[in-house]
Amino acid sequence: MSFHIVVCGSLVPDPLQTLEPMQGPTGPALKNEMMLPAVLDPWAGHALFEAATLAANVPGSKVWLVSLGPKAKLQQLMMSIAQKVAFDLVAVDGPAGGFLDAFETAEALAGAIDGIAGLEKDKMLLFGGCASSSRDASVTMQLIGERLGITDQFLAVDELKPEADGSFQIMERIEAGEYLVSKCAGAPAMVGWATGNLPEPPNNPQVGMQNMRTVMPALQQAKPAQVGTGDVNFTKVEVPQQRRETKIVKDTPVEEIAADIVAWLKG
Amino acid sequence: MEKVLFIAHTDADGNLPKAALETLTAAKATCGDLTVGLIGADVQAAADSIAECGAEAILGVSGDAFGASRYSTDAAAIEALVKQAAPEVVIAPNTARFARSMPGAAFRCGGKIDTHITGMFREGGKLEVQRWYYRQRMSATLSREARPWFLLLEGGLAEAFSGAGSAIVQTVDVAVDNVRTEVVGVQAPDSDAQTIRPEAEVLFVAGAGWMKKQADGEVKIKDAEEIILGFLDKTQASLGSTKSLVDQEAEGDVLNFMSHMNQVGQTGSTPRHNKGLATCCHGEEPHTVGWRFINERRAISLDANCGWAQGKADVLYIADAFEVMKKVNELL
Ligand SMILES: Cc1cc2nc3c(=O)[nH]c(=O)nc-3n(C[C@H](O)[C@H](O)[C@H](O)COP(=O)(O)OP(=O)(O)OC[C@H]3O[C@@H](n4cnc5c(N)ncnc54)[C@H](O)[C@@H]3O)c2cc1C
Repeated sequence: MSFHIVVCGSLVPDPLQTLEPMQGPTGPALKNEMMLPAVLDPWAGHALFEAATLAANVPGSKVWLVSLGPKAKLQQLMMSIAQKVAFDLVAVDGPAGGFLDAFETAEALAGAIDGIAGLEKDKMLLFGGCASSSRDASVTMQLIGERLGITDQFLAVDELKPEADGSFQIMERIEAGEYLVSKCAGAPAMVGWATGNLPEPPNNPQVGMQNMRTVMPALQQAKPAQVGTGDVNFTKVEVPQQRRETKIVKDTPVEEIAADIVAWLKG
Repeated sequence: MEKVLFIAHTDADGNLPKAALETLTAAKATCGDLTVGLIGADVQAAADSIAECGAEAILGVSGDAFGASRYSTDAAAIEALVKQAAPEVVIAPNTARFARSMPGAAFRCGGKIDTHITGMFREGGKLEVQRWYYRQRMSATLSREARPWFLLLEGGLAEAFSGAGSAIVQTVDVAVDNVRTEVVGVQAPDSDAQTIRPEAEVLFVAGAGWMKKQADGEVKIKDAEEIILGFLDKTQASLGSTKSLVDQEAEGDVLNFMSHMNQVGQTGSTPRHNKGLATCCHGEEPHTVGWRFINERRAISLDANCGWAQGKADVLYIADAFEVMKKVNELL
């Protein structure tokens, strides 16, 4: 029993960048959004690495990466991730910001997945991050799953252990640092990944060359998608005034600092 | 005001979690006619615990299949409750169980959903909510046209509701068929690894400095372990970590009570505690965005130019955290 693993993942601004909201033509956006350096959305990245490892361990499996984003930025992103793991890219040309409506994003992605030639739905594992670091809603993956008729869904997953019969055991993060353990009869299923258990793979130029065979045509053929803010009416978007007046305590004996901390903890 | 359906699931003991009771208070305060929908193996005790909430009806989906947290049965239960109550707004706590199942249920009901709601109020008669974007970097206030509008509320928005009595539950039948997922159970960390304590007053964050070579050229993992565990034991604080520290863990240098579940920040958690103490941590933005809901913040670092000094902490102690925390433990 092999898997057809479809990973949904796109780009987000590098978290080390300063982000500032502004009013765009159709709703809030980020200042200089097109210029901000982007990275692969971290949890989607974990999903991609887990997908590649799972595919390598279950013979006959295959991985697609479905990405919705501005074509030019997707191309840049591919430069940094195409050398990591093997996948077939399915690109959808459209915006990829946090203020876009998850429902419209899900519709565009589900449409793109529906159009993948050779994808067998009864073998499909729909992978993605448990949340994006832009919208951070944990909604899109479930909506794609529903649109594709997938009714076994898992969120904040750290482990998927396949069995020989195609079933698998799943560990999902729940409250208070605990895991919920479930057994699923097999594909199709949606798996929204948390960190998983794998380190980021090192760059492998051979993998990069192999991926480029599908990446460039996929980018050229990327279909445009109409994705906006939907029916959401934003009345205010702001960066909170978070600067505190930091008191810096230095050249002070350890005893004094410790006593100060204890008084604060007990106060 | 909109007709509201408040939905909650029971915990393993058949009670309502605190987050649900807080959400109920918030729903009552901002919306109109209230219906309650409960999901669980047996929902009578949960219904009784909120019998005085003023609901027009308390609906229940119950049975063994609904005792466990599972997407297919939860989504079906929510869908049935919404179809029965026909609300304009659906409000529920942002628990792991509902975070997983509510979006799909909203889709099935032809509604829209917003999650991680940290504020809910009326502006000119209109229902508005507040949530964060870009992992706690920006806050937005928004409303939606679509109905039913599903909202998952974060904890701490209101006082927990109390008003027990004896409730009449109207059973809503939901067919359980084609269940392909079997819930095995909850796996708690070993007791000495049970370091994540959401209800704790204090968050203690350990950074990568604890595993770094110190001034004398030594790496002091044993000392670090003893000091950190000693502090957690004495204060019952919750343990958080930076990404750098847990990534090292993955590479094998271990503080064996620490895992990536402890990570706070951009790709970790955003816990809620009244006080936070960061140690051996540089206070970089991808870490400190996870401190959005920590009220009082202090840090101990050797570096006077670290992120905490840039308006991110109330007090920054420039000192050796090994020495300071050893002394703190002695004083506690
Ligand atoms: C996509 C992305 C996502 C990220 N997500 C997260 C996230 O979710 N959470 C997160 O934490 N980070 C995240 N990061 C990483 C983040 O940018 C920082 O690299 C990380 O937080 C640094 O961890 P640190 O402060 O523990 O380590 P370091 O930067 O190595 O700092 C160690 C500190 O310890 C101090 N120190 C050493 N010894 C002592 C001592 N004896 N006493 C006192 N102080 C001492 C040093 O002075 C230094 O300030 C992310 C980065 C990226 C690119």
